[in-house]
Amino acid sequence: MGIHISKGHLIDPANHLDKKTDLFIEDGKVAAIGKAPADFKAEQVIDASGQYVIPGLIDLQARVREPGQEYKATIASETHAAAAGGITTLCLPPDTHPIIDTPAVIELIHRRNETAACAEIVTLGALTKGLAGEELSEMYELKQAGCVGVSNARAPIANTLVMRRAMEYAANFGLTIFLKPEDHSSSQNGCAHEGVISTRLGLPSIPEAAETMAVARLLMLVEQTGVRAHFCQLSTAKSVQMIHRAQYDGLPVTADVTAHHLYLTEMDIGYFDSNCHVFPPLRSQRDRDGLRAGLVNNTLNAICSDHQPHELDAKLAPFCESEPGMSTIETLLPLALRIVDETELGLSEVIAHLTHNPANILGLETGQLGVGRRADVCIFDPDQNWTVNNDTLNSRGKNSPFIGWEMKGRVSHTLLAGRVVFQR
Amino acid sequence: MKQQDIQLDSQGRLRHFLTIEGLKKQILIDILDTAENFSTVGTRNVKKVPLLRGKTIANLFFEASTRTRTTFELAAKRLSADVINMNISTSSTTKGESLLDMLRNLEAMHCDMFVVRHHSSGAAHFFAKHVAPHISIINGGDGSHAHPTQGMLDMFTIRRHKPDFTALRVAVVGDILHSRVARSQIHALNTLGVPEVRAIGPRTLIPAEAESLGVHVYHDMKEGLRDVDVVIMLRLQRERMQGALLPSENEYYRTYGLSQKKLALAKPDAIVMHPGPINRGVEIESSVADGPQSVILEQVTNGIAVRMAIMSMVLGRPNEEQEAD
Repeated sequence: MGIHISKGHLIDPANHLDKKTDLFIEDGKVAAIGKAPADFKAEQVIDASGQYVIPGLIDLQARVREPGQEYKATIASETHAAAAGGITTLCLPPDTHPIIDTPAVIELIHRRNETAACAEIVTLGALTKGLAGEELSEMYELKQAGCVGVSNARAPIANTLVMRRAMEYAANFGLTIFLKPEDHSSSQNGCAHEGVISTRLGLPSIPEAAETMAVARLLMLVEQTGVRAHFCQLSTAKSVQMIHRAQYDGLPVTADVTAHHLYLTEMDIGYFDSNCHVFPPLRSQRDRDGLRAGLVNNTLNAICSDHQPHELDAKLAPFCESEPGMSTIETLLPLALRIVDETELGLSEVIAHLTHNPANILGLETGQLGVGRRADVCIFDPDQNWTVNNDTLNSRGKNSPFIGWEMKGRVSHTLLAGRVVFQR
Repeated sequence: MKQQDIQLDSQGRLRHFLTIEGLKKQILIDILDTAENFSTVGTRNVKKVPLLRGKTIANLFFEASTRTRTTFELAAKRLSADVINMNISTSSTTKGESLLDMLRNLEAMHCDMFVVRHHSSGAAHFFAKHVAPHISIINGGDGSHAHPTQGMLDMFTIRRHKPDFTALRVAVVGDILHSRVARSQIHALNTLGVPEVRAIGPRTLIPAEAESLGVHVYHDMKEGLRDVDVVIMLRLQRERMQGALLPSENEYYRTYGLSQKKLALAKPDAIVMHPGPINRGVEIESSVADGPQSVILEQVTNGIAVRMAIMSMVLGRPNEEQEAD
């Protein structure tokens, strides 16, 4: 079936495209750009005038709560929410229940997504068995089953020798290792950044060093083992500087930041707003500025949602006793777009942080609209305003810290492999 | 984003009492003046006033306490309110009943006020946010966040001895990091116009951005005590100690314990305070705790009048809807 997306402004950073042109899709793939192929027959024409046409977004970290926590959300509900946010690929960390440490769990996830299929799901395999930080997982098997990388999620690997061996073994099979830097003995039971707000509210705190010490330790091991490493969801200005230095020194490291860390700071906790309870914690204004600077100089290569939908009850508790995490999958695109107005980054660069760059990090062919590529497409109206609230969010999780915020830029269509999976 | 203060009603009067932070000086003065009026009730033959007759107050203590609960109970009874005490061990909440379910159950018993003590910072705000509109919340201490009635009774005690707050130098000594009492005292002292508030303690027990609370930080106790008018000692909260904060009680006493010798560095007429319970020989020398400069037991007595004042101000407000008519 042929789809003709007409009169849109096409931005495809990977192919340096940034102009008004038409896009032709056939058999789930990009058939042509600009001029229709000779025998092209459009069954559907999407009028994209006044709108941008970009590759479908690739979210480096999102939780769909299935398998294991279907009372919070499901693959069906969250891939639908992803499609509503213009996201066509979600990367799941391995801390599901059961944990993604065997091929069977990966098969289960893919099978469950077949029926929903509003977005592609890719998985990270567990770095250690049961994420226990002691024994290596069967990384070769996991790779064969389709894992795009390995990670220990937020679970600690206290033993440095185990960490080193895990890196060596992952490198052996060309797997990228996804690292969530945290020194657990420093963060302990903390739930807010160690700073002005934790001091004022008497909240157990997580110091900056809980992240920077882990980054330093991991960088030393990356240098020694040569593994391709991706640092997930950095939250401090200092970590960005350390990663910048490592990249300058030629280490194979990349890093990402969440959209919410680019906007919110510890101050947003106000008087114990549990929707701002998240890990890594919202840090200081200085850190927020440092993260933005890291995005501008391309030390941070991607913006992700770190989407964590919760049921209502999970947040109905005193701050520290509420469950951490935010529902952010549908605010990823508009928040990223806003960065264009607030930094020196251009629109095309920001879109690269959402498409081409994360595709490269995950080793995916998508994230671009070259002829012959899978037609994962997001069409959005850059001028449409909408307000975040329980009704406008499609995600099962309404735990957004942006409730009440006015967003600019709204997805009108999302196509997954040439199929319209979302239309407003 | 500045949030609307949920402690105040539309007329700017206290509707809950959760924290001293953000309250206007006049409200604090009103509390102190009202408490002054109540302070004689306890010395009368009939130790009761009928202000809150027919009101029901529930003490919800999720954390063990003897003195605070008792003084709240006495205060309520002297105001002629009915009082129920509930000691809720944390195990019963972990059995599956959420805090909110418990709150709904208690609301169903037609109470007018909950006095809440809880181990988690922000618990009082959480209750206030979710409670039915006709119920008021008094924070009886939440985690390391606030203990505002204690803070006010300390201000009351200070004012009785040193009537002019704007001429004072006050030192708060000890475990500031874990102390909800210290946070409430510091906010109160700053709001009441004390020009110099000092926080004294080892680096491991002073929070990261202590200066942002409006204090001068001292790690040398001798330097910090010099020429102060009020010395407030904090309890060394051993039950909240985690990790390697201090090597030993003995070393703590030698470095930050209040001895006669160290007290001599303060002004000769300085008063010594402590929220209790005292660890003698850990944070304070017995002869200081029992000495002529100590007002520690006065604090306990004053606690009743101050809590009466706060309860009556919160519950004794004229009905808002009636006023609007």
